Amino acid sequence: MLRWASHSLLILLTVPILLGTLIAILPAFGYFPTLGSTEFSLDAWRELIQIPGITRSIQISLLSGVLTPLIALALVFLYLASASGSKLDNWIRRLVSPLLSFPHAAAAFGLAFLIAPSGLLSRLISPGLSGWERPPDLLIVNDTWGLTLLFGLIVKEVPFLLLMSLAALPQLQPSKHVELARSLGYRPTIAWLKVIAPSLYPLIRLPVIAVIVFASATVDVALILGPTLPPTLSVRVLAWFNDADLNLRFLAAAGAILQLGTSLLAITIWLCLEKLSAILWRFWVATGDRGTGERLVFSLGRGAMPIVLLVVSGSLAALLVNAFAGPWRYPSALPASWTLLHWTSDFQNLLTPLLNTLLISVGSTFLALVLVIATLESERQSGKLRSTATWLLYLPLLVPQIVFLFGLIVLTESMQWQGTMSLVIFGHFLFVLPYVFLSLSEAYRQLDPRWSQVASTLGASPLKSFWRIRIPLLLAPCLTAIAIGMAISISLFLPTQLLGAGRITTITSEAVALSSGASRNLIAVWAVVQLSLPMLGFLAALTVPRLIWRNRTGMREIR
Amino acid sequence: MEAPDTHFFSIRFILLGTLLQLTSLATAQALDLSDWQSLERQARGETVYFNAWGGEPRTNNYLNWVSELMLERYDISVQHVKVSDTAEAVSKVVAQRQAGNDDNGSIDLLWINGENFAALKENDLLYGPWAESLPNFKLVNADRFPEMREDFTVPTQGFESPWTRSQLVFYYDTQWLAEPPQDIRQILEWSIASPGEFTYPRPPAFLGSTFLKQALIELSDRDPALYAPVTSAEFERLGHLLWEYLDALHPSLLRSGRYFPASAIDLRRLMGDGEISLAFAFNPNEALLSVRSGELPPSVRSYVLRNGTISNVNFLAIPYNAKQKAGAMVTANFLLSIEAQARASDPDHMGSTPAISISDLDSEARRAFDTISRDLAAPSVEDLDRKLQEPHPSWMPALEKAWIQRYSAK
Repeated sequence: MLRWASHSLLILLTVPILLGTLIAILPAFGYFPTLGSTEFSLDAWRELIQIPGITRSIQISLLSGVLTPLIALALVFLYLASASGSKLDNWIRRLVSPLLSFPHAAAAFGLAFLIAPSGLLSRLISPGLSGWERPPDLLIVNDTWGLTLLFGLIVKEVPFLLLMSLAALPQLQPSKHVELARSLGYRPTIAWLKVIAPSLYPLIRLPVIAVIVFASATVDVALILGPTLPPTLSVRVLAWFNDADLNLRFLAAAGAILQLGTSLLAITIWLCLEKLSAILWRFWVATGDRGTGERLVFSLGRGAMPIVLLVVSGSLAALLVNAFAGPWRYPSALPASWTLLHWTSDFQNLLTPLLNTLLISVGSTFLALVLVIATLESERQSGKLRSTATWLLYLPLLVPQIVFLFGLIVLTESMQWQGTMSLVIFGHFLFVLPYVFLSLSEAYRQLDPRWSQVASTLGASPLKSFWRIRIPLLLAPCLTAIAIGMAISISLFLPTQLLGAGRITTITSEAVALSSGASRNLIAVWAVVQLSLPMLGFLAALTVPRLIWRNRTGMREIR
Repeated sequence: MEAPDTHFFSIRFILLGTLLQLTSLATAQALDLSDWQSLERQARGETVYFNAWGGEPRTNNYLNWVSELMLERYDISVQHVKVSDTAEAVSKVVAQRQAGNDDNGSIDLLWINGENFAALKENDLLYGPWAESLPNFKLVNADRFPEMREDFTVPTQGFESPWTRSQLVFYYDTQWLAEPPQDIRQILEWSIASPGEFTYPRPPAFLGSTFLKQALIELSDRDPALYAPVTSAEFERLGHLLWEYLDALHPSLLRSGRYFPASAIDLRRLMGDGEISLAFAFNPNEALLSVRSGELPPSVRSYVLRNGTISNVNFLAIPYNAKQKAGAMVTANFLLSIEAQARASDPDHMGSTPAISISDLDSEARRAFDTISRDLAAPSVEDLDRKLQEPHPSWMPALEKAWIQRYSAK
């Protein structure tokens, strides 16, 4: 009965993305009926290669596409090798989910406010430690080679890869293997790296590739932290797309295809690096070395994660201070006075985007949840477990957003269906769906089937046992999935910006739009609103089950 | 927000649109500009979509006040459509013309000047002439101030009504800079002597492009070619002066010219943080307003370069296909009233420079405009008399394009 669900889940994931990508290719070669052009040509490409600084734009996108996953993955592995089971580890594990819900744009703003020459950090050490009476003339944020962009991406992707690793680790039984290696004389961290890392990597390979695609094609983070002369490729494509001169759409389409190529090239480089490290690893394992480098691994692994945490909390602090700051002259560490003025003066402008944000995130998450539960339920009833290919779930994360969204716009514009709320909700749904599925599927599949069997024995219909038994038992995981889905939707920038044709604004799209034309205080207000929405969602997901099951101790524990 | 039930929505919308189309055709025939009272009567109940740049919160708040009063007094609902670049509004009108939408346009009133006005006027996409029929137009005293009839050298011919004035004004922080440079060449000398103290917004940001024009006017000694449509020969000849100047200037700028602020607000922020000691704005009262709001330190002072600075008038125009032309004209007339102009120039509100001629007002009306000149952070009245005319509008896009070509990939 529910078989439609898993089919439509697959169709909904694959068709828009593949179709969008294919359609984006057409205008890149001159075919764009809505603009009255039906002949194929290479004009857009000729124009594209003559754009000043286009090579640099590609280089920066490649650089962040390869270095972000490399450094983030190294940090995660070093951390797992050195800190598993420690007190620090308990702490970090608890913090990983909230860290992940910190929207990219808000995190980028916070980082900029923290490390800019006139930022919080510089004010804290001035003039006492640094001797600076005025901000130093250093190009930190928006630097030419995108190093700050890289830094911001790493800080954001470490929690993602860590969470993915923590989810995959239990099936590898790491403590048993490490113990065995230790009995052969290996130091614990070296044992972890030699025994666990090679078997963990294949399990998180898809998330790593998603990181490559995101880092090489991000728009919002690059707009805030990335270079400006010239900007990254993705930022330029968006600018051409939004230009008042519609003829630039051809250039934008060619740029989007170039972006696809750039991300693919980054993946190819990564695959070569994979091969290389496999060889090096094998060589290293074969040496039988049991302890060299242990101290280095230990201090890197234990040191890096607290630094990431410190940077994130510093960014949060920088946002909060700016959102309530009165006049704040450099180098004072804190504002001379505090004010609510930035909030009250912009309250009216916040309302519509806030309502849109809620509507879009609730709508897209609800759709995704219904579809995911229906799919899992049909999977359960038919007894065919894991029928859904996992890699398909990653599809929206494996194609650069700007590429397939571009194609979808061309399609919807030709059907006069652009800029509507339903289209934006659908766009968000594509990105929300994978996360809702990944977060709910484990709990759903592991639920003890005997509960339902008991219900059937007592005469309950499948429908009744679904509503009365499985949904209540799965309330907590469902709420967590909702919170994650909404957090993803809230943080999305490009789908809103492109599918909403600039007419539908959310907190995120407005905050990013402010990045070049507003005071720091105003930006901070929007960023704080942006990051508190997902936090409220997670808080609700934690407290609601406790309230509903306040006199059912056992139900509260089910996760 | 869009109604979720789009189907129902669109049917209702089409019906509504047809109705409005009929009424607007009726009013278009009946608009009699000589009978202002009947025009005001006709405008009752209209909704005017006022497309205006929305990047400055002070202007947005002022327009909120205008909306409230217009509804109260004239029964006109003024909706401020915040535009990030006026060129977007221009291409919207062009697109509507291409789609055959000749009397149901989405823009009723448009804040505009320069190249955007020239483009719309050249293509007959403006309604008019209407501006000089506004009862309040006489307050600008266009016979004494010919700039009220000229937009970047292009005669307005009644197709736009003045709203406020702008002038490029420099401001500096006396804490770091005692004697600011007095012309564009002195800026270069000073910047080389004290590097990292100056920068300008990255063109095509409006204020950055204006800096390019200011430099070009001074470097070329107000070459007459700047006041005629740009030709490639003249662009080559005069542009050369500018590129030579900028090539010398850039290494001494903030971040050695490897980074430029994105907007006027970004530039002001750099000044507020003490990163630079000299900046400029297109609103003569920018420094005063920002000192009051705490964004700039009280040690900031304003001045005008000794050879004068670029000044222009902000105009309001009505697209040819505007749905509510009567309402748009009543709104434009209200914006020119003494009351609206006084509020616009009040530093506690919008804080811009009025378009109407203050010296022609009686002493009581004049008092409402007295608040600014006594403030230390504001430029002196004598300073503001040194005005330079905007070059022909075709120069701006040409300069922007060349700048991007030369400097955007350093």
